[in-house]
Amino acid sequence: MNGQAWLLLLEGAWTTLWISGTAIAIGVIFGLGIALVRMARIPFVDQLLVLYISLARATPLVTFVLFLFLSAPTFGINMNRNTAAIVAMTLNTAAFNAEIWRAAFLSFSREQKEAALACGMTSRVFFRRIMLPQMISSSLPGLVNEMSFLIKGSPAIAVIGIVDLTRVTNRISAVTYEPLPPILAAALLYMLIISILLKLQAMAEKKANRLAM
Amino acid sequence: MTEWSILWDAREIFFNGLIATLGLFSLSIICAFVLGCVLVYQLEDDSVLSKALRLLINLMRTLPFLILAYLLYYGLPQLGLRMSAWTAGLLALIVYHAAYFAEILRGCRLIMPEGYVEAAKAHGFTPLRLYLRIVLPQLVIKTRPLLGNQLIIALKDTAFLTIITLQELTAAANSVQSTYFIPTQAFVVVIVLYWLISICLELALKRAARFGAKRGFDYV
Repeated sequence: MNGQAWLLLLEGAWTTLWISGTAIAIGVIFGLGIALVRMARIPFVDQLLVLYISLARATPLVTFVLFLFLSAPTFGINMNRNTAAIVAMTLNTAAFNAEIWRAAFLSFSREQKEAALACGMTSRVFFRRIMLPQMISSSLPGLVNEMSFLIKGSPAIAVIGIVDLTRVTNRISAVTYEPLPPILAAALLYMLIISILLKLQAMAEKKANRLAM
Repeated sequence: MTEWSILWDAREIFFNGLIATLGLFSLSIICAFVLGCVLVYQLEDDSVLSKALRLLINLMRTLPFLILAYLLYYGLPQLGLRMSAWTAGLLALIVYHAAYFAEILRGCRLIMPEGYVEAAKAHGFTPLRLYLRIVLPQLVIKTRPLLGNQLIIALKDTAFLTIITLQELTAAANSVQSTYFIPTQAFVVVIVLYWLISICLELALKRAARFGAKRGFDYV
């Protein structure tokens, strides 16, 4: 492998990172929104969301990416590859994130709410100042864990022809006829990315435990 | 409704895909589970081998599944080891998920009270028998929810194998849609099938929970 190949690999890593990063950023907020709507228990909407979460958790990302990319044009929606990949990954990760956020909601102590209301806070102020900061610390380990799962699932976007860190190995070996070195190098890059996330998760856990004490 | 009748005519493709996915899934998780248990047994004593295995397990935890499949299917032929898509996919599933099963069981083993083990040793259990009769059953019953999650992840990972040209359920949908050009319906069928499989898995796990509760290990 020469410098050119490494450059291609880094480009692939960048593709993987920015697509997953966008999906993660939207997915975390989307998940919070879903959890909030579910906590409101609106009759019909609630069942619909349960169905969505159940389906999204059971569908493999590969299948979902293919489904979205191939069937969107039949509904008259024109999506390019990157958008389809981001939408699919976002919808996938949002379902998992919604469950994480919901667990944080359900385990939130009632005393704090009563205390805040007694101090004259409106429920909106209470949510923003008291509840959300604590929920973020307590659900961060789970969210970071879900992020590393999403990165591990991200090679699925290769199936619609995006040249991500996995797919780029094919492209390099098509020139060099030596598939082993680029695959090992890509594995090394994945290891680097995911170990950073695992490290972050350990740090987040330490912080969440301190809060719990 | 013509699309659905086309799909009905192509039911054999879906059926074959479903059989392939189910076969891959069940074969790989059984082997992976056994291998995972063996790994945890090897980790019981502190040797060079167990250190190497720890390293291997941690390595698997930081790799995407598809990279491992790529390594086996596209990478190894360079070293003269050529496998069919089926063998490579199955092997990748087994190795990858064995590492995760081992990690789950090991996590539970670390917090298991030593009293059981010491009592069994005092009764003259050999290490292997101690592991099989005392340690392993408890680990499996206690880690049931995590093992169940891992099963669903394994099911979803089989879909990756369509990228290394294995003819499973997702590949079936893809071939149907490219032949008749009805992507929406073909994929809806397949997504519903995946959903049904995972619902069945969850029901089976609930049943297992009741068994665990009966033995006093678990709360339903």
